[in-house]
Amino acid sequence: MQKTFAMAAMLAASCAAAAADDADLAAIRSQISEMKQSYEQRIAALEEKLARAEARAAAPAAADSREAVAAAGPAPAPLPATTPAAASASRFNPEVSLILQGQYKNMKDVAERGITGFFPAGGHDHGEGTIEGINKRGFSVDHTELVLGASIDPYWRGQAVLAMADGEVEVEEAWFQSLAIGHGVGLKGGRLRSGIGYLNEQHPHAWDFADAPLMYQAMFGTHGNYTNDGVQLKWLAPTATFLEFGAEIGRGANFPGTDRNQNGSGAAALFAHVGGDVGVAHSWRAGLSWLKTRAKGREAHFAGINDDEIGGQFSGRSGTWIADFVWKWAPDGNPKYRNFKFQTEYFQRREKGDLTCATPEDASATVSCDGVVSSYRTRQSGWYAQGVYQFTPNWRAGLRYEQLASGTRDFGDNAANFVVDSYRPQKATAMVDYSWSEFSRLRLQLAQDKSMQGITDNQVTVQYIMSLGAHGAHKF
Amino acid sequence: MKNFIFALFFGLTVAIAPLARADLAVFATVPEWGALAKEIGGDKVKVYTATTALQDPHRIEARPSLLAQARRANLLVATGAELEIGWLPLVQRDSGNAAIQVGQPGYFEAAAQVVRLEVPASVDRAHGDVHAGGNPHIQLDPRNVLKVGEKLAARMAELDPPQAAAYQAGWAAFAGKWQTAMARWEKDAAPLRGVPVLVHHESFSYLFNWLGIREVSALEPKPGIDPSSGQLSSLLARQQSQPARLVLRAAYQPDGPSAWIAGKAGIPAVMLPFTVGGTSEAKDLFGLFDDTVQRLLKAVK
Repeated sequence: MQKTFAMAAMLAASCAAAAADDADLAAIRSQISEMKQSYEQRIAALEEKLARAEARAAAPAAADSREAVAAAGPAPAPLPATTPAAASASRFNPEVSLILQGQYKNMKDVAERGITGFFPAGGHDHGEGTIEGINKRGFSVDHTELVLGASIDPYWRGQAVLAMADGEVEVEEAWFQSLAIGHGVGLKGGRLRSGIGYLNEQHPHAWDFADAPLMYQAMFGTHGNYTNDGVQLKWLAPTATFLEFGAEIGRGANFPGTDRNQNGSGAAALFAHVGGDVGVAHSWRAGLSWLKTRAKGREAHFAGINDDEIGGQFSGRSGTWIADFVWKWAPDGNPKYRNFKFQTEYFQRREKGDLTCATPEDASATVSCDGVVSSYRTRQSGWYAQGVYQFTPNWRAGLRYEQLASGTRDFGDNAANFVVDSYRPQKATAMVDYSWSEFSRLRLQLAQDKSMQGITDNQVTVQYIMSLGAHGAHKF
Repeated sequence: MKNFIFALFFGLTVAIAPLARADLAVFATVPEWGALAKEIGGDKVKVYTATTALQDPHRIEARPSLLAQARRANLLVATGAELEIGWLPLVQRDSGNAAIQVGQPGYFEAAAQVVRLEVPASVDRAHGDVHAGGNPHIQLDPRNVLKVGEKLAARMAELDPPQAAAYQAGWAAFAGKWQTAMARWEKDAAPLRGVPVLVHHESFSYLFNWLGIREVSALEPKPGIDPSSGQLSSLLARQQSQPARLVLRAAYQPDGPSAWIAGKAGIPAVMLPFTVGGTSEAKDLFGLFDDTVQRLLKAVK
């Protein structure tokens, strides 16, 4: 009887075992493995504690940083619960990065630098003895840029870029950006670099040359970019090919527009970008942009026919088209060791309105044409093309050629008072730079600048760019 | 005429059908997570992998094609621990895709699911390209793959409830096979325990932690900074006191420095796939570990 019972029990057990299919076995195995892992981790953590204690006892300051890191071994990621309250509050601090940039520059001493045949875009003066433009002769420190950025909440992100120079802090950018709209829509508001062109959104520390192309200086002044206080709306199409459209409206206070005491918008921009990859090694982006601005009494100094120097005030509309194309190559799509970048942009600008002859503020006598108003019409263009080759992780070399055309300039009746130059400014630039890491770079640049009629300016620039702190990602 | 209209409709349906299929679109930053999502989701998911095994995952550019793909993704699978900090935040923000932002269910970080090694006590760029979150190259410990996969399967099920059962089944099948394979790898790799090695970059810390391989040093003087000739010479000098038996590099790292050391020290230089696609044998996750273990075993023989 007992025997039969035992047999039956065994039979039942074996049946049950047979019923347990592979999935169950796998589940059991995974549970066991998990238990094993959890114990192993605990042991590892204990061992690590022990090792740390031993290390502390043996050689408090001997180990260099790398060994200290290695000795830390399998330390679990820090948990918020174990962090002191003060530290966790400061964890919400924005990402901070600081850009140090400066240079040594050898160039000719030209009294009023500008681009012959183009309406002087002005620029900001950095004090006595400086030359219009972002740089002086000899040693100088450029703007020191402080960048602060963080998520504001689940819906918005904010970023500010403050540019510091002697005696001034300039708000270069200060904007918020949407994170939660979805459907490919991006909304940005505040002071922002316009999405037109290719180089416009890049900060000087991301440029491949020490200065902006002549084209950008002619279009927007020595800052080399168009910044606007306003809003930007972008839409990215749900396609495998990158296709992006954007529109902006804003105050339009910067050149080629002027600040106006008026309601409504002073500038509008539209742009479209298309891009993609060709194989794994090539990628590209092309764009077309349009910028419309209004100016009221936009003032600059001109050479006069009867007077040495006269002031000219433009009031009217300015329309700019920009076409841009960028192509990048890296073997296997791995840019760390070798890569090549080609970039070119073309612009055309038409301005239409009135030109008023005025006496410059610092003039000793009233100019002969003071107060003469005439019609003003221009149609100008220009382009640049550049290639930069990185041939080791540390070294890059690049060439840039650029040319502008002063084009049609119709000054109406004021043609009798203003010197109307017709000229094709040109510049050729070569650079080589060395980067110790992604965060430090030293550059030597040689340029032959023929942007002013009758002057060939051979320029030598040695520039450094250093980034401290949480340096964010760069755009394509 | 009728035929023409019919043909037009047919053509349109065929053209639209791929768009209308509600597959879960996964954007994986690196090949290993793309492969894992594919193992779990099978034909229910459409996986786009942003990088290849021949690209340094630290140094990727926010290319237009990545933005276009991120725009269409339902789930972004990243390594995290700052591996992709140089490009992914920009891709997320400029994608106009609310679903894949940090903090959303559509954003999954693999490194957050495992215990990380080499978490620095303090961070300073003087130490090179260190990651405050610890070593991010977690994929070469198969136990980590299990932990990440379990959470990933759950996340996929959460985002795509109609296919939840399929994802769980896909995961269970994979996990079962993985456990068996793990036992095999551990048995095969027994001779590797305690073997001292040099590495190009700290790419294999999790692999060593799993198999008990002992790292003598890295060729890079600091993480992310290329080895100098001085650094290599001093490592060669250390071969006398602390001899390494192998020098290892990942498929995307240049072979120059490890070949130099190998030649001078008379030890084998071994290229490991590092991730899926790194060698022709590593065409999936199983192949990745099979090939890694085989290459190491062949080199220590």
